Amino acid sequence: MAYQPDRSQYPVKKEDGTLDIDLTSGKYLKLWQGPQHPGITGNMSVELTVCGDEVVEGKTHVGYLHRGFEKLMERRTFIQCFPIVCRICVPEPDFNEYCYAAAIEELAGIEAPERAHWIRTLILEMGRFNSYMMYLGGQAGSLGLGVIGQWTTYVRDLMLDRFEELTGARIYHMFILPGGVRDGLPDGFEKRMEETLQEAERVLEDVHDVMFKNAVFRKRTIGVGYIDPALFEAYGVTGPNARAGGVCKDVRKDQPYLVYPELDFAPVVGEDSDMFTRADVRRRDTLMSIDLIRQLLSKMPSEGPVMTKLPNVLHWTIPRGETYIRGECSRGEYGYYLVTDGSGFPRRVNVRGPSYTHAVALLERLIVNTNIADVAALMVSLHTYPPEIER
Amino acid sequence: MHDLYAKLKDHFPLGPLTEQRADLSFFTVGREHLRSVMLHLRDQEGFSHLVLLTAVDWIEDGVFQLTYLLNNRAACQDLGVRVMLPRENTSMDTIHDIWPTAATYQRELREMFGIDFPESPGVNDEFILEGWTGIPPYRREFDTKAFSEENFTHREGRETHDPAEHMKKQLYPDGE
Repeated sequence: MAYQPDRSQYPVKKEDGTLDIDLTSGKYLKLWQGPQHPGITGNMSVELTVCGDEVVEGKTHVGYLHRGFEKLMERRTFIQCFPIVCRICVPEPDFNEYCYAAAIEELAGIEAPERAHWIRTLILEMGRFNSYMMYLGGQAGSLGLGVIGQWTTYVRDLMLDRFEELTGARIYHMFILPGGVRDGLPDGFEKRMEETLQEAERVLEDVHDVMFKNAVFRKRTIGVGYIDPALFEAYGVTGPNARAGGVCKDVRKDQPYLVYPELDFAPVVGEDSDMFTRADVRRRDTLMSIDLIRQLLSKMPSEGPVMTKLPNVLHWTIPRGETYIRGECSRGEYGYYLVTDGSGFPRRVNVRGPSYTHAVALLERLIVNTNIADVAALMVSLHTYPPEIER
Repeated sequence: MHDLYAKLKDHFPLGPLTEQRADLSFFTVGREHLRSVMLHLRDQEGFSHLVLLTAVDWIEDGVFQLTYLLNNRAACQDLGVRVMLPRENTSMDTIHDIWPTAATYQRELREMFGIDFPESPGVNDEFILEGWTGIPPYRREFDTKAFSEENFTHREGRETHDPAEHMKKQLYPDGE
């Protein structure tokens, strides 16, 4: 059982529920971790109040890259929103494209061809792999193991090559559109993907040996950053953060979408709900993604259309309605709530990114009583991406 | 979903049920019953996961629509509970005591739509914007283009296209 500090007594709470922290006493110190800091996950910051080397309070601050994506979409036609949605999550942009496209298809009554579903699933799994590679490098780097990040960046780059030959772009692909995907697989794609996957497996084996068996990494992550599974529902915890605590939440199984019912897999689950288990769940989930990519390429139909003919997208109106589309991204439940009003523009788009709950309410709770040296690793272990918080 | 809706309707006055998909439904409830409905759905019906809380501005009707989306994982069901609120001096009961994470959503709605949630922790603290004094920017009357023209200068040397004309030429060169 992981160590659980008693957070009820220290420091004392005032009548209004806030902490009684007198900065002039010399006992406490305010410290900003971020937005310019190697130990922060992207463009956010955490305002820490420390007593010695122990954090007594932490507040998440976001807004450093707010562009009002949701608002900007309200004055663009449905098709014009695609260059915007992918930018809501840089390391794994494809979920935005899929969720937004699927929401439009549902409200507009469009059916994408079957082959497009297979290619969409392939893209989402490739994106998941890339996102996990960034995570593993970041998690190791937050504890001083810098070389892991170089290895995982190398294999991520190989996967970006596959993205480039499939979609024409490395980061923002804009390949999934309402009605299907832009194109089929290029010639010889399967062979080159297999080479990439074999190289990824070799590197992940090295990562397992060097990171997960490393005494420093184990000492600093086992039993640290424990999330009580009883908090999962209250704090909206999903994805690997929940699965590491023994709760098998995985949208791919719970409410299957695209071609996941055709694939053979079992969600990766851990038990201890600490930083080490979360890292291990993600490492094993990466191996599962590799397996899923192989299954997809072997089972995918090689012939058939990939796109349905759309109405003139410049004069495209969608009847009044509302829907919610979700998927399981590398961080948890990703979803789009789309409201239409019968015009040619979305009435409201709301993006539900898993970081919204993980990086604010959950992090602010977990950070209390953490040693200041563990703050960076704790934040990375929740695997958060700020753009999906502020949208 | 019909069974659950009928059961709830025995206890609370509800608007009509909209079944968007087999696993996604919506209904509207009065603000005075929202908390009771939420507690009932969480504790009695297994809708324990608050997926999101957001607002839609129906400016032409003079109302905000709050959407509370709940998920019951065991039953593979999603339920959207809508509450309609007048746009002027809008305030709503907080649900942070039911789901602590709702405090973040409520803080954002306060900032972006101007909807107040009294007693929600930190609801008046700045969340995303810093030093914002204008109207809440996600309201429909906030004009993003006018804001941008007022606050940012034009950069010389950048070629610009009218997006509609440019896309028309790119997508339909034959004038379809």
